[in-house]
Amino acid sequence: MIYLDNAGTTKMDEDVKKAMLKYFDEEYGNASSLHSLGQRAKEQLEIARTQIAKAINAQPNEIYFTSGGSESDNQAILSIAHMGKLKNKRHIITTKIEHHAVLHTLEKLEKDGFDVTYLDVMPNGIVDVKALKKAIKKDTVLVCVMFANNEIGTIQPIAEIGELCKQKGITFFTDAVQAVGHLPIDVKALNIDMLSMSAHKFHGPKGVGALFVKRGTPIFSLIEGGAQENNKRAGTENLAGIVGMATALTKAVKEMDKVNKKLVKLRDKLIKALLKVPHSALNGDAVNRLANNVNLCFEGIEGESLLLMLDDEGICASSGSACTSGSLDPSHVLLAIGRPHEVAHGSLRLTMSKYTTEEDVNKVIKVVPKIVEYLRKMSPVWDELEKGERKHVL
Amino acid sequence: MFYSEKVMDHFRNPRNVGEIPDADGVGEVGNAKCGDIMRMYIKVKDNKIDDVKFMTFGCGSAIATSSIATELIKGKPIDEAVKLSNQAVVEALDGLPAHKIHCSVLAEEAVKAAVEDYYKKHPKTKTKNK
Repeated sequence: MIYLDNAGTTKMDEDVKKAMLKYFDEEYGNASSLHSLGQRAKEQLEIARTQIAKAINAQPNEIYFTSGGSESDNQAILSIAHMGKLKNKRHIITTKIEHHAVLHTLEKLEKDGFDVTYLDVMPNGIVDVKALKKAIKKDTVLVCVMFANNEIGTIQPIAEIGELCKQKGITFFTDAVQAVGHLPIDVKALNIDMLSMSAHKFHGPKGVGALFVKRGTPIFSLIEGGAQENNKRAGTENLAGIVGMATALTKAVKEMDKVNKKLVKLRDKLIKALLKVPHSALNGDAVNRLANNVNLCFEGIEGESLLLMLDDEGICASSGSACTSGSLDPSHVLLAIGRPHEVAHGSLRLTMSKYTTEEDVNKVIKVVPKIVEYLRKMSPVWDELEKGERKHVL
Repeated sequence: MFYSEKVMDHFRNPRNVGEIPDADGVGEVGNAKCGDIMRMYIKVKDNKIDDVKFMTFGCGSAIATSSIATELIKGKPIDEAVKLSNQAVVEALDGLPAHKIHCSVLAEEAVKAAVEDYYKKHPKTKTKNK
């Protein structure tokens, strides 16, 4: 099997699994218990917190453990919205390419009287900081821009946005689920106030994540109960998961340069080869993108069929077609970068990991053009394009 | 699996793919914006569907529903073929996921559109049938 859906989830690293095991059968204590088993759990919890803080240049008491990226996104946004309400500031700025965990939370806030500006992105999938600056109002309480996009891999100008928000005194939250463990992150240098991460995107376990909250930034609890996480997130800590996340992140940061160097080569090889397919295009910026991300559109075909045929060839990939999103519309990200609906349906996302080999990439380069050609042969859309009854856009 | 074995079989080995250059009726339904277009060609002889071919732009189930629809109407009298329902398509495929039912509706509509086109081009046959 060739697994190229690493933006969806990653394989857990063997070292991570090993580090986690003893927390299931030996060190199973509750970190809130007074006995030694519990206290050892507490100690481990704090070691993990320190490791995670170090990976992004934060302080340990600025790290809150959660169930994953979606919870972290919700908590960050709802916390600042709550503060905004108290200060009578109800304007939030975000982008059209955020993850649904962010967009749906903001839509909920709109129903609650918040005014949300959804910024367009440039055709290369990158936010225009000038447009962001222009969108700032007197009552802007939060700017919410993702670090790197999950579909097209574009890396946003986080340092510039951080600087701007600092000047204007606006809280800056970044959903960094696709970036943590993949890009160097220094929350202090980048002036980030809040940042979310998810362990399973960097070879850690599923069901665990964290929210970085800069000291002094107010947050409130989404889940009421015990006093865990400094009263901001009730519930017995998922210690095995947290240790797994810390182990995975420490390793990812250590391996980052080496892995990225390899992946950039494989990425650019894939892109170059697949763009030889006539009437295809790369989605997102060619340079300012995650080392593991390839996202292309092929005119005249539909993504789900492509995925099913790739699966038959042992290749796991994903698409922004409507059929894979569970709605009638194709990916909001592809629409935001200006792809027409019919083209957005024909997208293919290949996201690699440190486990991806040159051999894997070579197989994809061999298989994808054949499948595209086969599907085009039976496509009435392609037929019309070829006969000139419909205009090519790619 | 998300799809039944039958759906996957028709997706992997679609029956009657292609075009009929001298078709007696051609129907095209759906739209590319929504991600599904089906085009169906029929050849009619003695008021029967003598040959049928399809071309589809769409997801796995769109290809599978087109394929099975061609099998279900091939050789059938034209007035029987036109009655093909989307339920019959779903049943013949051993079911479809709920959000894919619209593909079976498209298959039904594609057959109807092809027959409609045939009647338009051959108005006399319609009167004869009635």
